[in-house]
Amino acid sequence: MYDFGYTKPSSLADAVAALAGDDEAKALAGGQTLIPVLKQRLNKPSKVVDLSKLGLSGITVTGDSVTIGAMTNHATVAASADVKRAIPALAALAGGIGDIQVRNRGTIGGSLANNDPSACYPSAVLALGATITTNKRSIAADDYFQGMFTTALEAGEVITSVSFPIPAKAAYIKFKNPASRYAMVGVFVATGPKGVRVAVTGAGQGGVFRHTAAEAALSKSWSPAAIDGVSISPDNMNSDIHASAPYRAHLVGVITKRAVTAAG
Amino acid sequence: MNAPFEGIGASVRRKEDLRFISGRGNYTDDINRPNQTYAVFRRSDRPHAKIISIDTSAAKAAPGVVAVYTAEDLAAIGGLPCGWQIHSKDGSPMAEPKHPVLAEGKVRHVGDPIAVVIAETKQQARDAAELINIDLQDLPSTATVTDALKPGAAQIHDNAPGNVCYDWHIGDKDAVDAAFAKAAKVVKLDLENNRLVPNAMEPRVALGDYDRHTGDYTLFTTSQNPHVIRLLMGAFVLQLPEHKLRVVAPDVGGGFGSKIYHYAEEATVTWAAGRLGRPVKWTADRTESFMSDAHGRDHVSTAEMALDAQGNFLALRVNTLANMGAYLSTFAPAVPTYLYATLLAGTYKTPVIYAEVKAVFTNTVPVDAYRGAGRPEATFLLERLVDTICHDTGADPIAIRLQNFIPKDAFPYQTPVALQYDSGDYFTTMEVALKNADYAGFPARKAAAAAKGKLRGIGISTYLEACGIAPSAVVGSLGARAGLYEVANIRVHPTGSVSVFTGTHSHGQGHETTLAQLVTSQLGVPFSQVEIVHGDTNRIPFGMGTYGSRSLAVGGTAMVKAMDKIIAKGKKIAAHLLEASVDDIEFADGTFKVAGTDRAKTLGEIALTAYVPHNYPITEIEPGLDETAFYDPANFTFPGGCHVCEVEIDPETGVTSIVNFTAVDDVGRVVNPMIVEGQVQGGVAQGIGQALLEHAVYDSNGQLLSGSFMDYTMPRADNLSNISVATENTMCTHNPLGVKGCGEVGAIGSPPAVINAVVNALKQYGVRHMNMPASPEKIWGIINAGRKAAE
Amino acid sequence: MPQVTLTVNGKAATVEVEGRTLLVELLREKLGLTGTHVGCDTSQCGACVVHVDGNSVKACTMLAVQADGSSITTIEGLAKADGTLHPMQEMFREHHALQCGFCTPGMVMAAVDLVAKNPQGLTEEQIRHGLEGNLCRCTGYHNIVKAISAAQPLMHAKAAE
Repeated sequence: MYDFGYTKPSSLADAVAALAGDDEAKALAGGQTLIPVLKQRLNKPSKVVDLSKLGLSGITVTGDSVTIGAMTNHATVAASADVKRAIPALAALAGGIGDIQVRNRGTIGGSLANNDPSACYPSAVLALGATITTNKRSIAADDYFQGMFTTALEAGEVITSVSFPIPAKAAYIKFKNPASRYAMVGVFVATGPKGVRVAVTGAGQGGVFRHTAAEAALSKSWSPAAIDGVSISPDNMNSDIHASAPYRAHLVGVITKRAVTAAG
Repeated sequence: MNAPFEGIGASVRRKEDLRFISGRGNYTDDINRPNQTYAVFRRSDRPHAKIISIDTSAAKAAPGVVAVYTAEDLAAIGGLPCGWQIHSKDGSPMAEPKHPVLAEGKVRHVGDPIAVVIAETKQQARDAAELINIDLQDLPSTATVTDALKPGAAQIHDNAPGNVCYDWHIGDKDAVDAAFAKAAKVVKLDLENNRLVPNAMEPRVALGDYDRHTGDYTLFTTSQNPHVIRLLMGAFVLQLPEHKLRVVAPDVGGGFGSKIYHYAEEATVTWAAGRLGRPVKWTADRTESFMSDAHGRDHVSTAEMALDAQGNFLALRVNTLANMGAYLSTFAPAVPTYLYATLLAGTYKTPVIYAEVKAVFTNTVPVDAYRGAGRPEATFLLERLVDTICHDTGADPIAIRLQNFIPKDAFPYQTPVALQYDSGDYFTTMEVALKNADYAGFPARKAAAAAKGKLRGIGISTYLEACGIAPSAVVGSLGARAGLYEVANIRVHPTGSVSVFTGTHSHGQGHETTLAQLVTSQLGVPFSQVEIVHGDTNRIPFGMGTYGSRSLAVGGTAMVKAMDKIIAKGKKIAAHLLEASVDDIEFADGTFKVAGTDRAKTLGEIALTAYVPHNYPITEIEPGLDETAFYDPANFTFPGGCHVCEVEIDPETGVTSIVNFTAVDDVGRVVNPMIVEGQVQGGVAQGIGQALLEHAVYDSNGQLLSGSFMDYTMPRADNLSNISVATENTMCTHNPLGVKGCGEVGAIGSPPAVINAVVNALKQYGVRHMNMPASPEKIWGIINAGRKAAE
Repeated sequence: MPQVTLTVNGKAATVEVEGRTLLVELLREKLGLTGTHVGCDTSQCGACVVHVDGNSVKACTMLAVQADGSSITTIEGLAKADGTLHPMQEMFREHHALQCGFCTPGMVMAAVDLVAKNPQGLTEEQIRHGLEGNLCRCTGYHNIVKAISAAQPLMHAKAAE
């Protein structure tokens, strides 16, 4: 790691001020992605702004939504009885990210701000049509993800919470990269107030995306069989030593079908 | 209450565990010396390049930097030596290019060290290492043996034309050709043995220290064989005599072969400590381990079996290309020759065998012995070939093995490839394995799996391995530049406790327990009163270390020989004290007794007398009770066995799950059944890893694509299931304990069992062979192609 | 240089660190607690697992400054002051769940958290999944799973006391 300054502000305003006007400053949430990146010397921040004392943790469930504070860690979401009741697929997704130790530190805000193309949370946010709230504004999921490691967040903008509409049915299934255990193909399917939405993570070159052909098929008939005739082009799929683009494209179909089965 | 039995045969809980489970282990990185500095290596990020210039001025000026060294500074020291010389078919010695400690003029693989920065802190050293300005001019490069042998391929060393290290052979070519000419059937198989990264959980560490008062050097290092490092580094690299160089290998976190070899970092920190007069410590990052620890396997082979009309094996012909990497690691040349081709008879009575092995330089990390070393490659080739014979001829995999096994009464059995097996019973290990695996019940389980939409397969492998390495005269005649005996010093202290100084080294094997059990059995000393000391050249007379499942067979036997001397001397002292003839003294259970009487002295009493020799036969024998033995084995030992694997494949994703794994091994006498089981389970896990998950992947130029745990698939708990382990033992006939060895059997027997099971599961798709790892994508590709063909 | 104040194995400590100092570096290098190991640089092997305020974390993936004000337990602090081993330590020894011992501290600390958070009890398969963040190269995990399984009733009985 290169050395850097460190600050742990106690208000959102101070955090934003610390980040604003310094392109080299990095916000630190749970650190489960940022710290490995820093260790590899792939990033050289001027300072690291620790968001842990801003009071951004917590879960609120109302009749039609689940709102999760940006600094809420994955273990908390996975264990929350309220989330399990309202959107069990979301709790299950959180309970399957990384490993126990990662879940004890990693946060939803950090995951979304980073937008790793093989992270799990972006698929839930996109498939459930969640809204991302920052210190400045609210951003619809469809506007938020802008390609791998790229989001609608502006410099100095900090996610404060994410609000998920409660779906009628939803499920997330992940096919893991055998080595890293990140999603090689992860599919979140949902049907509810936002209609039928299918989001795929891990597979696409541009990060998380909506699988519109599957959405169309499932809108006609919400059943695993509806996926049978749906294919996806390998053209925009990732390819690496573990899975070629055609194999990933194939897995998108298999995993989507399994997710629909799991959603019931 | 009787004391619990803690001798040979007892599953005694391990002595060493108490410190390990409490965080009190003493690993090399836990050691720090006063005034210590930190070394960070700047390594090549190119597979093959000419070094145009190196500018270290900015690094030298960086905060905290004590020194920056390149090859120029090391001009007075030697290259890293190779411990084994192979001769080619034509009698010429192998090409042995210099392996410089720091790159000289050229870099030859990604990870090749170019410079070292030594600073007050590790972070400062790392910061400064980035400031070294290196101008490299890329050269054409090659990563695979097949590419490296092509005409016009990049030439890696000036003195290895065509990138060939040696072109070696074994066996009777004419007899094999004649047998093939009259064969009723010939089955041929092309196969690869995938390249692996050993990945012991503890990364390598080296800490050099220099005592300016005495001029003595000390190297603390993560080694499986500290005396060998002292010899290689002292004599060949630094020109330091043994008495001025101490090598300490304290607790070592796994080795699997990768910590046998003498590495550049060890020589660098030791040399630099002397130059600077300060301790110098280097600790590998895992990413650095991937590009600097010797890799394993990486063979490309063709195997052909000639059969008669009844399915009897008539002759075996093998051609293998073995990847050496960019330089010769310490034992690399021996692995694809004397640890591989000599094993090609396996468990079978194949009358004639001929094997050709070409060792090839490539722009990759050096390849050397990794758990099993040559024997897994031989076993994979043979057992895949046998199952391929079944595929091609319709033979039954059990029946054809039974038909061709070496008969039980044929031992000692001389193979056509040099080895003479002393004992074994492949019929019994297979019979028990099939029973333990409920082989007969497989069709019902397959049907049940099919009902769930899963493809289920079963595969067996039988294996024979040679370990207990090794008779010095034999290995010497085969090119080894060292002896492979072992050394034990047994010190009975005045009050009767015992210290054992062994030249073997434990890095997970549990020697502090198993070797103490030998003393408890042989000398009758309570287990708690025995201490095993290993890993320090200043405390232990000598030793060749631990690899090739040799510690018990060779090191344990050295202990027995030393204990025999203790007993012989004790008898003389007892005879004196008991006023009897030496010939009438019997020793059992820790007591010297006049035969047929109740007159006796305990070992403790004898020891006290030996050190307080007031009433003592001082004209006949010396005081003290401290004996050393060097033991050079008469032969290798030959464990064997049968592994049965059952897999279930998800045809939609191609994912293979191991649903049952059964191992029945013949490891000779078992000293601690709990430890033997653990060794086999661990070996099997590595074998399953090789078969399904692990692969060191280079791109065609020599960039390592699987260079961290993010890309190299290590087996995790959820990749494996319970591993059923049992033994059916025949005793080794040439060592007093009857022990054979158990450290490598799991990794040797399991890979072909897994692949045979996978191929069996995919039978309906017409699969004949699959190289490792049997990855989901590979399997899906087969299933998908089958589906498409059927459409 | 930032200063960090924390409690480690019941003892208060105040240490000066760099911003980039990792928690594991603080433990090993500043406090001499070398029982916590480093086996990789990509946050995957779990040799460095410690408990921070009762939750298992990878000490190689947490800055020392982030641990300011925290209470840390390392492998050295798991046994009782009188030396009585934690049931998980006992079961690791009883079931031969370690060979070279390098992954063991992290494995034990991860296992303690896994069992403590699942008072309902875990199947062997669930234990295998629960160990996703810990690599062992020696044992094949077989005996580790057995040890954790055996530690469950002991830990739960203790918790109920």
